[in-house]
Amino acid sequence: MAALNIKKGSTRKSAYELRDPNAEIYERHTLAVLVDNEAGVLARVIGLFSGRGYNIESLTVAEVDHTGHMSRITIVTTGTPAVIEQIKAQLGRIVPVHEVHDLTVEGASVERELALCKVSGTGDKRVEALRLADIFRANVVDSTLESFVFEITGTPEKIDAFTDLMRPLGLVESARTGVAALSRGAQ
Amino acid sequence: MVVQALKDQGVDTVFGYPGGAVLPIYDEIFQQNDIRHVLVRHEQGAVHAAEGYARSTGRPGVVLVTSGPGATNAVTGLTDALMDSIPIVVLTGQVPTFMIGTDGFQEADTVGITRPCTKHNWLVKDTSKLSEIIHQAFHVAKSGRPGPTLIDIPKDVQFATGTYTPPAKARVSHYQPQVKGDTAAITRLVEMIETAERPIFYTGGGVINSGPGASQLLRELVEATGFPITSTLMGLGAYPASGDKWLGMLGMHGLYEANMAMHDCDLMINVGARFDDRITGRLDSFSPGSKKAHIDIDPSSINKVIHVDLPIIGDVGHVLEDLLRIWKARGRKVQKDALAKWWTKIEKWQAVKCLSYTNSDKIIKPQYALERLEELTRGMDRYVATEVGQHQMWAAQFMGFEEPGRWLTSGGLGTMGYGLPATVGAQMAHPDSLVINVAGDASWLMNMQEMGTAVQFRLPIKQFILNNERLGMVRQWQQLLHGERYSHSWSESLPDFVKLAEAFGCKGRMVKDPAELDDAIKEMLAYDGPFILDVLVEKHENCFPMIPSGEPHNKMLLGDASTDDAIGSSGAVLV
Ligand SMILES: Cc1ncc(C[n+]2csc(CCOP(=O)(O)OP(=O)(O)O)c2C)c(N)n1
Repeated sequence: MAALNIKKGSTRKSAYELRDPNAEIYERHTLAVLVDNEAGVLARVIGLFSGRGYNIESLTVAEVDHTGHMSRITIVTTGTPAVIEQIKAQLGRIVPVHEVHDLTVEGASVERELALCKVSGTGDKRVEALRLADIFRANVVDSTLESFVFEITGTPEKIDAFTDLMRPLGLVESARTGVAALSRGAQ
Repeated sequence: MVVQALKDQGVDTVFGYPGGAVLPIYDEIFQQNDIRHVLVRHEQGAVHAAEGYARSTGRPGVVLVTSGPGATNAVTGLTDALMDSIPIVVLTGQVPTFMIGTDGFQEADTVGITRPCTKHNWLVKDTSKLSEIIHQAFHVAKSGRPGPTLIDIPKDVQFATGTYTPPAKARVSHYQPQVKGDTAAITRLVEMIETAERPIFYTGGGVINSGPGASQLLRELVEATGFPITSTLMGLGAYPASGDKWLGMLGMHGLYEANMAMHDCDLMINVGARFDDRITGRLDSFSPGSKKAHIDIDPSSINKVIHVDLPIIGDVGHVLEDLLRIWKARGRKVQKDALAKWWTKIEKWQAVKCLSYTNSDKIIKPQYALERLEELTRGMDRYVATEVGQHQMWAAQFMGFEEPGRWLTSGGLGTMGYGLPATVGAQMAHPDSLVINVAGDASWLMNMQEMGTAVQFRLPIKQFILNNERLGMVRQWQQLLHGERYSHSWSESLPDFVKLAEAFGCKGRMVKDPAELDDAIKEMLAYDGPFILDVLVEKHENCFPMIPSGEPHNKMLLGDASTDDAIGSSGAVLV
């Protein structure tokens, strides 16, 4: 830019918007993408996001229909409304993609994530960790005399809250699955 | 099995280059006579030739190359075809399945490398799936918005035998893009057409991809409504250049009248174009006062860069058919008086004569060379390809296309080296037609090895090189925005093109006197074989009109305009 002698703070707009077009309104959307479970399909989806500069906050994938070989990819992404629309249209273009659902706009939905948290400590801290885990309905899936591994399921916010509380009590490491989501109701 | 599948897909020509990993397929090719194999000189040439074949016939072009370097050499062509929506099917060889992942000799992760530059690609690990996948690849390449597909076939899969699936039995998957437009939306567009006072059709490559029927419907619609029409570089020929509603090409080097009409219109009907940045210029002042309708088969093209008021997703041909039917049924209404006023305004813009240039009797002006080429070949059964640069823009401005599929150029990717192999492909498909490549000296060198292919297959392609001994378009930008610091934009040590022609075993001629130009062109046209015409042109001619980067349509530079500080600081970062 210096070589091109571009004035800082130039207000002239240009064909390629020089300001970050996402600077205005950011929205967070959860997308459910049904795909043929074939080799490379996840690479196609991820390559689309990296190649076109879209964000991925979380991504989960697993085969949900073993006979039809269909997988469900759940992606949490952020962007302006226009970018979100582009993401959906671009996903729809991928040949093995069957359906793209925007759970954030298609009525109410439920979102869950699972996390495993290892907390080590003794004495009061250990007791307090167990007490809080009980309040959050987290299960103990492994324990030694100095540690617990808790299993907790909930919205990403609930898991954030839980790990925040565990940190001063000796949180050593945690593993999260990313969000799985379904629309509410009979359909 | 591969050859059988290709035959069943109606393939008559394959452009390819052999190597270890595709020898079994080459063996099959050797033992049959239905499919012609064109041995290119470089795999990039094979892909561009297939593009030239596809663009000029409407049928997918087919390429066969080996693993590793064969596949990586094809990448530029694949990207080019993806950007310009050209249907091609590329078959690559691969190391045997049991060697994949071992860095075997000539192994490359071909499906990984080509994933972002194909519509879809497949690695076939099982011979029993091979024929079905080939049929799927043709289906995907042709359906919806066309594009390139690639099938990577390991050598052991080529050797093994399996049961053949004919096209009719192949599952072509769920991939069936929507072709019919929404009737309610089309009716909305009819209402907009009925009330528009300053309408314009802005058409693109989608009309050509939709087939000859779509061009026919477009012509009917334009004649019946009397609306002016402009087109992108990719859409030239969908509406005839001789048509009286034709404003010429629009965009960065488009015609003044076309860009002014786009800027001032009140209804813009985008038919199969994609609001590319070469077209829109500065986005916030792009056609500020218009309602915009957009007909496109690809939903991701809608609202990508320009927000439109009325999107219609569907195939251009289908949508135009419904549009015409509904508009006629409602009484063929247009605002006649307003339209007459609009045309008066347009005629004032046309009177500016934006393509005028100062001719010379001492040196050949590139514009003059193209005017003469156009004059001496107009009305012929003619296909014109180009390379990329100033000559490409001048060809688009000065040559007229009456039919779709007659103009072969690299638009979206702007690939120097496209034109010569594209003429090879087009001439293979149309052996008796006149096939010309309008080239720049620098671009032409990028794939000049394909002259060997032309000579071997007796393809009488005409290479019309506008030789300015410069990377002309780069030089123009350096003049306009880098203070005339001409960093590496001249071609030194150019070959003698006439001797080069002789070395390849064809004919060449150099011309530098404007008085001899016609004679030289006539000699080129009369020669029964490949011909290189080296036209020495003015070295420092600039291509106008030009919308400087970062400027709106109504801030065009014309030929005699002052070009000092033409491009502002924020425009300078644009390409
Ligand atoms: C493969 C490739 N490399 C670089 C460029 C950038 N580029 C665009 S036009 C141009 C100059 C072309 O020169 P020439 O072929 O002589 O045509 P002219 O502009 O002089 O008519 C260059 C280098 C490109 N488009 N493609």
